[in-house]
Amino acid sequence: MGKADIIKAVKANKPNELPLPSLDFPSSNGQSLPSLFEERLLAGGGEFFFAKSRVEAETYIQSRIKAGEYKYIAGALKSLNTFDLASIQDPHELELLNLSVFEGELGVAENGAIWLSEDRLIHRAAPFITQHLILLIREDQLVDKMHAAYAALRYHDYGHGVFIAGPSKTADIEQSLVVGAHGPKSLLVVMLPTEA
Amino acid sequence: MSHPHKAQEFIANENRVNWHDKSLWHVREKRDKAVNLFPEWEQLREKASQIKSHTLSRLDEYLEEFEKNAIANGVKVHWASDAIEHNDIVLSIFREHGVQRIVKSKSMLTEECHLNPFLEKHGIEVIDSDLGERIVQLAKEPPSHIVMPAIHKKRMEIDELFQKHLHTPPSHGDENILTAAAREHLRQKFMKADAALTGVNFGIAETGDFVVCTNEGNADMGVHLAPVQISSMGIEKLIPRYEDLGVFTRLLARSATGQHITTYTSQFRKPRAGTEMHLILVDNGRTVQLGREKYRRSLHCIRCGACMNTCPVYRRSGGHSYQSVIPGPIGSILSPGRDMKKYSSLPFASSLCGSCSDVCPVKINIHEQLYFWRQDITQATNEEPAKKISMKMTGWLFTKPKWFRKAGKFGRKALAKLPRWMVYNSMNVWGKHRELPEPPKESFQEWYQKNRKNNG
Repeated sequence: MGKADIIKAVKANKPNELPLPSLDFPSSNGQSLPSLFEERLLAGGGEFFFAKSRVEAETYIQSRIKAGEYKYIAGALKSLNTFDLASIQDPHELELLNLSVFEGELGVAENGAIWLSEDRLIHRAAPFITQHLILLIREDQLVDKMHAAYAALRYHDYGHGVFIAGPSKTADIEQSLVVGAHGPKSLLVVMLPTEA
Repeated sequence: MSHPHKAQEFIANENRVNWHDKSLWHVREKRDKAVNLFPEWEQLREKASQIKSHTLSRLDEYLEEFEKNAIANGVKVHWASDAIEHNDIVLSIFREHGVQRIVKSKSMLTEECHLNPFLEKHGIEVIDSDLGERIVQLAKEPPSHIVMPAIHKKRMEIDELFQKHLHTPPSHGDENILTAAAREHLRQKFMKADAALTGVNFGIAETGDFVVCTNEGNADMGVHLAPVQISSMGIEKLIPRYEDLGVFTRLLARSATGQHITTYTSQFRKPRAGTEMHLILVDNGRTVQLGREKYRRSLHCIRCGACMNTCPVYRRSGGHSYQSVIPGPIGSILSPGRDMKKYSSLPFASSLCGSCSDVCPVKINIHEQLYFWRQDITQATNEEPAKKISMKMTGWLFTKPKWFRKAGKFGRKALAKLPRWMVYNSMNVWGKHRELPEPPKESFQEWYQKNRKNNG
């Protein structure tokens, strides 16, 4: 039953040992990382804005929100917050969230994905259950490829983490793309310069 | 029922066949576009294949390492030799927590274990939360594709299903209206679920992490809200190192849909505070396949579906014609390993064009394995005696040049003169949907001899 049987069967049936390859993919050169990131993010259905400073980022985000449009806003921008993630015990209460803003920990240029872990999110469900999502990322947090991303995350301690590369989407009805399947109906990434 | 018989039902509607064919080819084209953007694609495939081969060669050690690390992370690890054990483990966890309603994200493994009907029989409400899976669940059909479960369904059919089951107003199949309706319906289910179930794309031995990839975010919606998470993982989904994820996350979505990465690549290490995270490691025939040298590489599969999208037979016969949980070329080499007799027609549902092997991100020699299965099946079974006899006769004829020439001459004359009903009879399977080519007036040999004489 179970483990003993499976291990025994594997031992009996596995081939002689084959080598594990080393991974040595070249770093990309040429295209700048922010512009590649933007291109790939847009391809995945996200929106992109490059802000020159934190102040500009906040002003831009505020300008995108119509007065009274979002009742419950949570996350990294204190000037916008109307919802305190830390005060919530039961993640089901997050269903109220209209907009959430988080600081990304790492961005990947080749696919427009941003890594976020539980520490930043407070609740694992937050970036999924919110109706709209905004992520901030600094230029110096970009890496070129997934190999570099995993090299950076290798010794990062997390309970749960996720790469997010766009709004929630589906093409299950005749291959027609629809944004907002279960999670956020939009994703805006605001990029900040290194010094911001 | 054999693949040709089931395919006949699908091809009865030519418009649908053409539409299905085009939809999938479109996905194949998107894949090509994404893949051709960077030069190291072939290198990535090669590394991925080597990593998988290596992992299989030390699978017992990596499974032990993975279990040890996952347990240290607070994950409850279970082992299931087969589908029955898997389903019993799931049910016992649910019983312990008084679970009545669950949400599931896509998992071909739980399809393979027929988990849904099992749980429903025990009074548990099971909701498939991937939109495509929800559509086929409402239609009481199995998925017809492993990445796009409802690829065979027309928008008007989905509209009618939603009217009936979700009480939506008619929308003429508007994908935005239908998806919005599903979103509302499924949000209610997510909010009320007592447990959430997912499949697993990759398990990492050295950290105990496991990774679940979706575009909809449905796996995350489920597990981050429910108090109990169960993830079911085939033992072949293991990879040794954390850095190996870099190779596979680069290959998976590009191969599947032409995206550079899935919208969500969710990595689980520890349970959420106050909740339980269960992981079930499932064999269910995988160790048997591991022992079959010719077919071992089929265990490299990362379930991207690229071989289906490119397959001329799959595209024109539809996923349901395979009658196996995994359809298409990869299903045709996995399924006979489970039940050679039941799936004996599948390795023949191929033109052996090799396109499946060309697009496979982990370099499975799919078309070669299809050919191996044909030989094994022909040896082991007597499925098509007519084919066997005609092959034997043809083989004999090829060894007798005189008779071969005579037969050719007779054939060319007869084909031109015989009435249609005699040529296109039930024995001529090839001529069922095709016209035979016009027979040439002479063979090449006849032509050659004539011209040699004339020209010296």
